[in-house]
Amino acid sequence: MDNSRMGKHISQQFSDELEEIKNHLLTMGGLVEQQLEKASIALIEGDTKLANEVFKEGGQVNALEKMIDEESAQCLARRQPAAGDLRLIVTVIKAVNDIERVGDQAERLARFATQLAEHPRPKNNYHEVYQLAQHVQSMFHDSLDAFARVDEKLARKVINEDVNVDHEYEAIMRQHITYMMEDPRSINSSLDVLWAIRALERVGDHACNLCEYLVYLVKGEDIRHSEIPQL
Amino acid sequence: MTFDQKDVAITVKELSLQYAAKQALMDISLQIPENKVTAFIGPSGCGKSTLLRCFNRMNDLIDICKVQGEIIIDKQDIYHKSVNVADLRRKVGMVFQRPNPFPKSIYENVAYGLRLQGVKNRLLLDEVVEKSLRDAALWDEVKDRLDENALALSGGQQQRLVIARAIAIEPEILLLDEPASALDPTSTLKIEELIYELKQTYTIVIVTHNMQQAGRVSDYTAFMDTGKMVEFSETRTIFTNPKDRQTEDYITGRYG
Repeated sequence: MDNSRMGKHISQQFSDELEEIKNHLLTMGGLVEQQLEKASIALIEGDTKLANEVFKEGGQVNALEKMIDEESAQCLARRQPAAGDLRLIVTVIKAVNDIERVGDQAERLARFATQLAEHPRPKNNYHEVYQLAQHVQSMFHDSLDAFARVDEKLARKVINEDVNVDHEYEAIMRQHITYMMEDPRSINSSLDVLWAIRALERVGDHACNLCEYLVYLVKGEDIRHSEIPQL
Repeated sequence: MTFDQKDVAITVKELSLQYAAKQALMDISLQIPENKVTAFIGPSGCGKSTLLRCFNRMNDLIDICKVQGEIIIDKQDIYHKSVNVADLRRKVGMVFQRPNPFPKSIYENVAYGLRLQGVKNRLLLDEVVEKSLRDAALWDEVKDRLDENALALSGGQQQRLVIARAIAIEPEILLLDEPASALDPTSTLKIEELIYELKQTYTIVIVTHNMQQAGRVSDYTAFMDTGKMVEFSETRTIFTNPKDRQTEDYITGRYG
């Protein structure tokens, strides 16, 4: 996440501190990415053991979240960062929240995976859910990648991808509503699927948020809710 | 950055200044808005104090100093030969880094400018001294000992006394050259609070090495380097999203 256009800080210690915060954020991102991947596989394959790993990793993610928040607060209090450094800290404080939420969604997925594992599996083995999971995983991966490489172009690409995720989400929802109408016995498992795809759809939203923060970090421009009127 | 002409207190046009062979200011143009606080920041020797001193022709005291260009205050170029420098300095007051009260009583320090103008009416003097000390947020601390020597006051009180002395003659513009750099944090905050109060009445230009201070007190910030104006913008922009890389390097503490 190095802003290569910038010179070096006169205080090497300050540079090191910022670098450490960035590294911790990316470590946390990587861990959550792993949780998300495991939860998705657990869901498709009915693998409850893998689902349990996702829960266990949640603790580590939370610990990192607290550490990054503390480091950011210390930096604000003791360094009074300005300009790009300030935007970095503001961005980290916000990003940490979204990444933690993605972790929460991964844990929800893992919970539905455990529940769905008790039901008979459909012929297509939830192929449509798998595709959606792949889609949001790649969005989340790219958003972290955009952060690591300060790649504003990639960030904007991820943001534009969200509308496709929404379409997929709606299509799967309609499909499962049809199943439920056709055969009330499928209601239990279909509801779990609906909750699961809802979690996946939220992951896409968080990936977009991360990318919006990155555009702020690079450009100093707040592109969130661009359709709302100026106050 | 440009302002509506009616909101401008000082207009600087293509100002250059040389100390003998050394070019201290290079082709500076900017507008200082009225009733706002404008801060000049930049590394040592960038010319920020020199520019500030041009506004009341303090540089006239230096023989080798040569000024080109215009500085317009109240529709008049202050470097025009028809300008009376004493009148100019009445209009454009200045406060320095180290408080410099006269070795006289607190009262006489504040009354000094008026006495110089020939005011003898004791009632009027009393009134102005009280008002100036109140405006400088010092009255409550000194009202019972106005006859004491000003040098007995603390550094922070002395600095506020000097500000009271400057505003007693009702200038339009106040120039502050690192007014808090010799003060402790509490006195610094009092001076900053005072600046916030004073901008209702005066146009304030402040030079400071303390970037956070510029961020706290100013509405506009000018970043200077090697005699040039690098970036002039709203303080909120300079501190969150400066446009110039040099500005960014300076305010984030990086090597240029």
